[in-house]
Amino acid sequence: MYSQKKLIVSHAPFIHDGSRVPTRNYHILLAALPAVLMGLFQYGIPAVAVVALSVSSAILWELVINVLRKSEKTIGDGNAAVIGLVFAMLLPATVPWWFVITGTFFAVVVGQQIFGGIGSNPFNPVVLGALILFIGWKDYFDFNVALVNFDFGFDAIYPLTALKSFGAAGTQGFTPGDLLMAKQTGGIGSTFGLGLVLGGIYLIIRGFIRWEISLSFLAGVVITALIFNVVNPDQYAGPMFHLFTGYTLIGAFFLAPEDSSSPVNFIPMLIYGLVGGFMTILIRNIGAYVDGVLFAILLINLLAPIFEKIRPKALGKVD
Amino acid sequence: MIKKSFIGLVKPRIDYTVLTDLDPALIEVSKPSQIKLLLESPLDRGNGDLKKGDLLKTGQLVTTAKDIYATSPVTGTVSDLSGWAGDFGRNFTAITMDVAKDEEYDEQFSDIAKEISLESAIRYLSAVPGSPPLKNFKHPDVDIHTIIVNGMDEDIAVTTNQYVVQSRLKALKSGIAAVGKFTGINSIVLVAPERLAAMALAAGIEVKVVGSQYPMAQPKMIIKNLFGQVVPAGKKPENLGYCFISAEAVASIGTAMDTGKIPTDKILTLIRKDGSTTLVSVRIGTPVSEVFKACDITINDKDQVIFGGPLTGSAIYSEDHPILSDTNAIMIQDKDNVPLSSEYPCVNCGECVRICPARMQVNMIVRLLEPGHYEEAENNYDLNSCIECGLCSFVCVAKIPIFQYIRLAKYELDRIRLAEAEHV
Repeated sequence: MYSQKKLIVSHAPFIHDGSRVPTRNYHILLAALPAVLMGLFQYGIPAVAVVALSVSSAILWELVINVLRKSEKTIGDGNAAVIGLVFAMLLPATVPWWFVITGTFFAVVVGQQIFGGIGSNPFNPVVLGALILFIGWKDYFDFNVALVNFDFGFDAIYPLTALKSFGAAGTQGFTPGDLLMAKQTGGIGSTFGLGLVLGGIYLIIRGFIRWEISLSFLAGVVITALIFNVVNPDQYAGPMFHLFTGYTLIGAFFLAPEDSSSPVNFIPMLIYGLVGGFMTILIRNIGAYVDGVLFAILLINLLAPIFEKIRPKALGKVD
Repeated sequence: MIKKSFIGLVKPRIDYTVLTDLDPALIEVSKPSQIKLLLESPLDRGNGDLKKGDLLKTGQLVTTAKDIYATSPVTGTVSDLSGWAGDFGRNFTAITMDVAKDEEYDEQFSDIAKEISLESAIRYLSAVPGSPPLKNFKHPDVDIHTIIVNGMDEDIAVTTNQYVVQSRLKALKSGIAAVGKFTGINSIVLVAPERLAAMALAAGIEVKVVGSQYPMAQPKMIIKNLFGQVVPAGKKPENLGYCFISAEAVASIGTAMDTGKIPTDKILTLIRKDGSTTLVSVRIGTPVSEVFKACDITINDKDQVIFGGPLTGSAIYSEDHPILSDTNAIMIQDKDNVPLSSEYPCVNCGECVRICPARMQVNMIVRLLEPGHYEEAENNYDLNSCIECGLCSFVCVAKIPIFQYIRLAKYELDRIRLAEAEHV
């Protein structure tokens, strides 16, 4: 009767739904693949080099921090790989190697690790890294200069530059169908609209990103662009053009819904997305920059904790 | 057991096991040679008049300290008195008894049962199977107006109370009458799933139907959904005048009043390693190892034995642990299936916030509780709204023991408050 077996004594609940952080990250990588593969196909070996270097250097930066902090090695969770891949998707295919490594340093180390690692970053690390490079080395992000030596067989002017320089008339060569099928210049993984949308829908259905953020971001873009377009159709392009050019789609599905830097309550998520879309068009149409997605997302990241103050009343809350 | 569905967009829905079997098998565990009674009073507070070698009859009143009562579930001699440590700093006195072969019933209760007062009900019936919280009716701060008899079980996979409603309807009915009589409360409502509610209604019991989605049968959710009132954060249902008694407890009271003998056998749901369940009837105080023997279950090293259900139970550390009057379920978990928590940080995915039935900001709470900022979590993020369903930990991608953090925080805050009150 007193035979003593050693039992595990853990705490409730004793069941778990089996979801894990690495699963989320690997599925994000998977969802990004169609757009990335199209980019590799379009830009060839230089793009392969940028993507490979970006992913590997992001992982290495995280490993360096793991070693310096003498903490558990976390590179297997796919988090750094996601940062590396999404970062590469924003870049022109021709950027030099040091540019990529510097970018992933800012993204992984400055954007995430110094805040405490995964889950602690107040800004999307990719956006932060990309913007630091954008401000520091503006010319490398000029797609017209960067991709001048490619022959695509379609109009190789960066659509948003065309808009900025020539007004709505400059956008007439671009049809939504062409834009969706990657017949435009831009970042390695941000021009294949169809691929991004499919990846985004996959992530939404699987519950790996929050649909409220993606859809309200796109709604913000469409509504704001439409208002501008209705007021002055000669100067401002229509909503379809804005939806499928620049970083709009990658922003909606891969940048804005990043877990740590975005809100989780319903109304805050809608506001977060709408403000992001609104700011994107505001910067594109009347701001100083060609594309506004990155700045808009950095701004909504900053505002997210304030949006998050709007929250449902907890059960039995006493005012 | 339950895994995240492929379509993660929809909120996971977890259901209680609703008893559908009209005549489920009941394994009866034979009377053991030794039992242990746990009374919630520390050993050093004294044992009342109880000492080693005392002979106790079945149904005889046992008391170790003021207001701590139990009735002996067997006839036998007290062989040992020792301390017993429970969860969250609870201290018990364990009374070990050698069980005599012949059962002899104590006569005292059958006299009292004829005209029972609330005081004697509290003494004799507080420790019947199902453990009715009868002390609530004498508590100076609460004024109970409605008694809710819970015919649903507190956790998924458990069907103990449902089984009692189904199989002991007559005892349940006379229990309701008896409770109404000695408490003087007329409003007594049975809460049960649809089929059982219809059965009870046909038998003339006032019923309300509870949904099968977890955690709809949790007391605060029942009050909100079926009685249209919200229990303020940090308060109990009793503060609003509702007292919950399990269906099994009411049926036990009914049996006690009808027969003059206090019931001694606890019904419980045994959840096996493969998730299948069996209903078991066992004498209170029986070591859990005897239940395993009767049900042909072998426990290996590093397996986990849980008193209660998969979402809210608590693990025990020894096979000698006795069955208590409130042990509604025993769950056995293979060592390979124990979901150990990780040291991973919160990634802010928001799954917990979406599933929380109390609409708490769980993602913020966990950030405050990890470094021990309990008061801030209570003041700014509604810690006390928690209904302790365990769903947040169940869905946590980072496998953070959120539920345990919340329980620990509540316990620590209570302790701080108690210490402060003592020093004023």
